[in-house]
Amino acid sequence: MEHGSFTNDSFASFTLAEEDHTLANAVRFMLNQELVNAVFDLDLVSVYVVTNHYYLQLYSPRVTFAGYSIPHPSLECVNVRVQTTGDPAREVLKDACQELMLMNRHVRSVFDKAVSEFKVEQARLAAEEEKKKKAEEEELKKQRDLLASMDIESD
Amino acid sequence: MTTKGEKRIVSEEDKIFAKNFNIMDHPDIPTGLPPHLQLQRTRVLCKNDAPIHTASVSYSGAYNAVGVDNSVKLENFSENFKVDVIEISKDGMELTFDMIGIDAAIANAFRRILLAELPTMAFEKVFIANNTSIVQDEVLAQRMGLVPIAADPKLFEYLSENDQPNEKNTIVFKLHAKCAKVLTEQLIWLPNGSDLVKESGDSNSKPKTYTSFSRSQKESFPEFADNPITPSYPDILIAKLGPGHEIELEAHAVKGIGKTHAKWSPVATAWYRMLPEVILLGEVEDEDAERLVKACPENVFDIEDMGNGRKRATVARPRECTLCRQCVRQNYGEEVNKGVEEKEWIENVSLRRVKNHFIFKIESTGSLPPDVLFTEAVKILEDKCERVIANLS
Repeated sequence: MEHGSFTNDSFASFTLAEEDHTLANAVRFMLNQELVNAVFDLDLVSVYVVTNHYYLQLYSPRVTFAGYSIPHPSLECVNVRVQTTGDPAREVLKDACQELMLMNRHVRSVFDKAVSEFKVEQARLAAEEEKKKKAEEEELKKQRDLLASMDIESD
Repeated sequence: MTTKGEKRIVSEEDKIFAKNFNIMDHPDIPTGLPPHLQLQRTRVLCKNDAPIHTASVSYSGAYNAVGVDNSVKLENFSENFKVDVIEISKDGMELTFDMIGIDAAIANAFRRILLAELPTMAFEKVFIANNTSIVQDEVLAQRMGLVPIAADPKLFEYLSENDQPNEKNTIVFKLHAKCAKVLTEQLIWLPNGSDLVKESGDSNSKPKTYTSFSRSQKESFPEFADNPITPSYPDILIAKLGPGHEIELEAHAVKGIGKTHAKWSPVATAWYRMLPEVILLGEVEDEDAERLVKACPENVFDIEDMGNGRKRATVARPRECTLCRQCVRQNYGEEVNKGVEEKEWIENVSLRRVKNHFIFKIESTGSLPPDVLFTEAVKILEDKCERVIANLS
């Protein structure tokens, strides 16, 4: 649910039902990462504008404020507040969620790969250990046989 | 800069220069964050009295003024994110791994989902036919509820309020014990549903039970045909019986999530800590080195022999550090004898935590292996995002 203004859509609050800190905090983090792609007309930047303003344009955030609150502990909802530098708040929130989703997808693939690699490595080590053990046992057996045969001879 | 009223003529050359000009190429401009800010950004400093710089700098524009982009975007995230599996326990139910290059906000979301939002099967209804033990019915039912069940919850459906318990949403176990110790291995799976007969009016029709299975679970779930569903562990104590005591009951397990009740939580615990970083600020030698090694209860430091009978302290096992801060306390927390002239105390250890390096541990209760649990948790967070996007569109 969105609570915003009819005339200016660059700020709005969103109520996410059946959500809590789990999603809201992650989304708030992602909203803070929202940046305008640094595209500006260089013809407009004259030679003598090499002050700090230059950098400010390089990484300019899309979001001026992002935060969330849980109105009451017994209510199952969170309010997410988004204020932007001009883009519609709804779109910015959607982009943040999209970004978070893609990040999760990446986390999953990296994690799955790491676990399967670890398991393969473990299996290889176990097999090696087994081999070693067997070799040792055989060695022992050989020695025992040798000893036994010597016993017979001595008899 | 131009002052007001003064008009500057911008030539083509100037424009070309401006196009190619990048302030960061200028030799006088230092690149990147100054070291002290970098330290604040990436480390928690554990000082003698309290930790400082604990929060992560989440605002992407925080370091605009020094020309540093503090944002986390998919591209740089993908480049930096790493997972190192440290250990999988012998029974495969405990997993330790390092998650590097992720913010606490997201790591914490995974942890919270693992604890509270992943579904499992747990006993929700216990029908007690006979209980002459000293364990009261309600206490017994509560103990039964906490028994973890080794059944993949993905195969089952949620039982909603108006649903009849059927073979798709309920697992039925019976327990009939007279012996001294009642263990979970005595729970017997009933693939055909409840045995207990509800009171029925006429004797001609099939007697009604507390479940309405249309067929055996052995048929509907081929994976259970040869290996019956059991509790995760056979040796969990449910009750102790005296001579003549008897327990006869039937327990119905349904699907649920940890938010509703902790019995549905698929993990005993899931937690993370930030990687400790122990740094010697200077050479710690001889007697000082020995004192330092002795002061640390986790044996983080080692002594290195430098020859000529000289010794030096080294940081050997920083991962073991629990940040007890004994090494940064005045005189390593030792009492200094009065009368002996006090040497001025110089702190020679810096304790830190790496903000984006998490040592994550998942201890599964046995229904699913921990690596599957983690992937499921990430999927759930994905679903949540998707739902928000769908709602906003």
